Amino acid sequence: MPRKADVKNKTMKSPETMSSLVWRRFRRHPGAMAGAIILAILILSVLLAGLSPFDPEISDIKNRFQPPSGNHLFGTDGLGRDVLVRILYGGRVSLSVGFLVVGISLAIGVPIGSAAGYFGGWVDNVLSKVIDATMSLPALMFMILLSAILREIDAPFLKSNSTLTISLVLGVLSWPTAARLVRAIFFTFREMEYVTAAKALGASNLRIIISEILPNGLGPIIVESTLGIGYAIMEESTLSFLGFGIMPPTPSWGNMLDKAQEHLSQYPWLAIFPGLMIFLAIISINFIGDGMRDALDPYKILAQIDE
Amino acid sequence: MTQDKAENQNGELVVVKDLVKYFPVRGGVLRKIVNWVQAVDGISFSIRKGETLGLVGESGCGKSTTGRTILHLLDPTSGTVVFNDQNVFELQRQEMKVLRRDMQIIFQDPYASLNPRRPIGESIKAGLNIHQVGTPTERTEMVLDILHKVGLEDYHYHRYPHEFSGGQRQRIGIARAIALKPKFIVCDEPVSALDVSIQSQVLNLLQDLQDEFGLTYLFIAHNLSVVEHISDRVAVMYLGKIIELASRDDLYSNPLHPYTKALMSAIPIPKPSLRRTRTILKGEVPSPLDPPSGCRFHPRCPIATEQCSVEEPEFVEVMKDHYVACLGVGPQNVRI
Repeated sequence: MPRKADVKNKTMKSPETMSSLVWRRFRRHPGAMAGAIILAILILSVLLAGLSPFDPEISDIKNRFQPPSGNHLFGTDGLGRDVLVRILYGGRVSLSVGFLVVGISLAIGVPIGSAAGYFGGWVDNVLSKVIDATMSLPALMFMILLSAILREIDAPFLKSNSTLTISLVLGVLSWPTAARLVRAIFFTFREMEYVTAAKALGASNLRIIISEILPNGLGPIIVESTLGIGYAIMEESTLSFLGFGIMPPTPSWGNMLDKAQEHLSQYPWLAIFPGLMIFLAIISINFIGDGMRDALDPYKILAQIDE
Repeated sequence: MTQDKAENQNGELVVVKDLVKYFPVRGGVLRKIVNWVQAVDGISFSIRKGETLGLVGESGCGKSTTGRTILHLLDPTSGTVVFNDQNVFELQRQEMKVLRRDMQIIFQDPYASLNPRRPIGESIKAGLNIHQVGTPTERTEMVLDILHKVGLEDYHYHRYPHEFSGGQRQRIGIARAIALKPKFIVCDEPVSALDVSIQSQVLNLLQDLQDEFGLTYLFIAHNLSVVEHISDRVAVMYLGKIIELASRDDLYSNPLHPYTKALMSAIPIPKPSLRRTRTILKGEVPSPLDPPSGCRFHPRCPIATEQCSVEEPEFVEVMKDHYVACLGVGPQNVRI
C-alpha cells in the first residue's frame, strides 16, 4: 500500500509538469507577453464596447468629420458616428472572423493534410489534387460567388453577410495552405523511427497521427495559424470593400478602412485608427505565436530545467 | 505440415520460410517502377524459444529488413513467418494488434526511436495504453518498475529523450520494448551506436532481462565479437541471403563458407604479437539492385569456380545444425 503513495510522490513532484513549464517559458518571451497583454486589452475593450454612450450605427450629421477630441477620442466619420465605438464593435466582427477562419481552415486542412502526408500513395494523389484544385480557384471570384449563393439560401445559421457566413466563405478557401503545411510535416516525420516503434507497439494509424506526429508539427502550425488570422482580417476587408462582406452600417475594421479611402487626405484619422487596430491585432497575435512555438520546443525546455 | 508441427515441438518460436522482401525503385517522369532492390531474397530459418539468434552481415545486406519484416512492420514480397503457430502475414488487423504484445523491437539509434516531444515515461507507457493494460495508476507503477529494471530512476520519468546519454537512451528503448512483457524481441543493432564502454553494459542488461523474462532474441549486428558474446546460434547474411547458420561455437571455431571465413579473419585480436593469415576480400559488395548470377558471392570468392556463376547453391545441413550455402562446401568435402 505505501507503494502507491510513493509512486505519486516520486513521479508527480518531479521538476514541473509540462504545462507549467511551457507557461513559464512563454512568460519569459518579452514579445509574446507584450502581444498577449495587447490582445487581452483589445478583446476586453471590444467586449465592453456597449458601455460607451455612443451608438455605432446611428448617424449624427451635425457632427460629421470631427477630428479627434476629448468628446470623440478618435473623431467621427462622414455620418457623425464615433470612430472609437465603431472600432470596438468592428473589432468584434474582425477578430471573430480572424479566429473563425483559422479554426475552419485548420478543421478542414489538418485532417486532409495528415491523411495525405501519412498514408502517401493514392490517398496522397487524390487529396493533393483536391488541395491543388482548391488553391487554383480564383479566390476573389469564388468568394463573391459563394457569398452570393449563401445570400440566396435562407439557412437559419447562415444569415446573409453575417460573421459566420463570411468566415465560412474565407475558411473554405484558405484551408489548402494549412493542408499543404501539415502534409509536408507528415512527410518529414512519418519515416521517423519512433513512428515505427509506435507501430511495433500496435498503435493504430489514428493514434500515430494524433499523438506521435502532430505534436511535432505544432510549431509550424501555430505560426501559420497566427499569420492566417491576419490574412483573414485583411480578406474580410476586401470582401467588405466589394460589397460582399460585412455590410454597413455594421462596422468591421475592413469596411471602415475602405470607407476612409475617399477622405484620406482631409480626414486621415478615419483610416489611421482602424489601420492601427488591424496592425496591433496582427502583430500581437504573431508575437504570441512566436512565443508559443518557442515555449513548446522540448529542446529549449531543457535549459529551463537545468537552471 | 507434419514437419512444421514437429519443429514446433522442438520449441521453435519463430519460423521464417522463403521470406522475400523487394523494395521498388521508381524513376522517370511517371515515377514508374524501374527496378527492385532485392533486400531479402528467400531466406529460411527458425528461432527457438529462449535462445538468441545472432544475425550478422555487412551494411545493406538485408539484416534489418529481415527483422522488420518478421515483425510485419514491412509487408513481405512473399514467404511466411510463423510466430507461435500463427502466420503473421495472414492475421487480421485486430489479431495482429494482439500479437504485437508478444513481439517487440529495439532500434539501433535510440534517439531517433524516441519521440522528442514526449517525456520518456510516457513513451514507455505507450504500449500499456494501447493495449489497455491495467488502470492508469497501475500503468504508471509498471513503468516505474521497468525503469528500475533497466537501471534508471523514478525521476527520469518526466525527462525528455535529449536529456539522456546514449546508453541511457538505449535503456529507455529496451524499457519500452519489454513493457508489454513480450516473448520475442528483434534487437536491431542495439549497441552499434554506443560507445564501446557502454556496449557491454547494455549487452549484459539484455542478457539479464532474457534470463528474467525468458525472452527470445533475434540479435542483428555487424560486430562479430558482440554477436559471439550474446548469441546461441549465428546466421550470416550476404546480399539478401543467409549463407551460413550454425551454433555459435561451431561457427566461430569452424566457419565453412568462404565469406564467413573472411569475416572471422577480420575480427581484431587484442594481441599485437599474434598474427594470422587474413583473408582480404577483393572488390565491393555488389548492388542489391542487380545481384550477381549463381552464387551471389562468386565475384569476390577466393574458391569460386565457373559453376558458381551459374548455379545457385542450396542452403544445406552439412553437419548437425550447421547449414551452409556454398557449392564448394558440400557434405562430401567437410572434414570433421
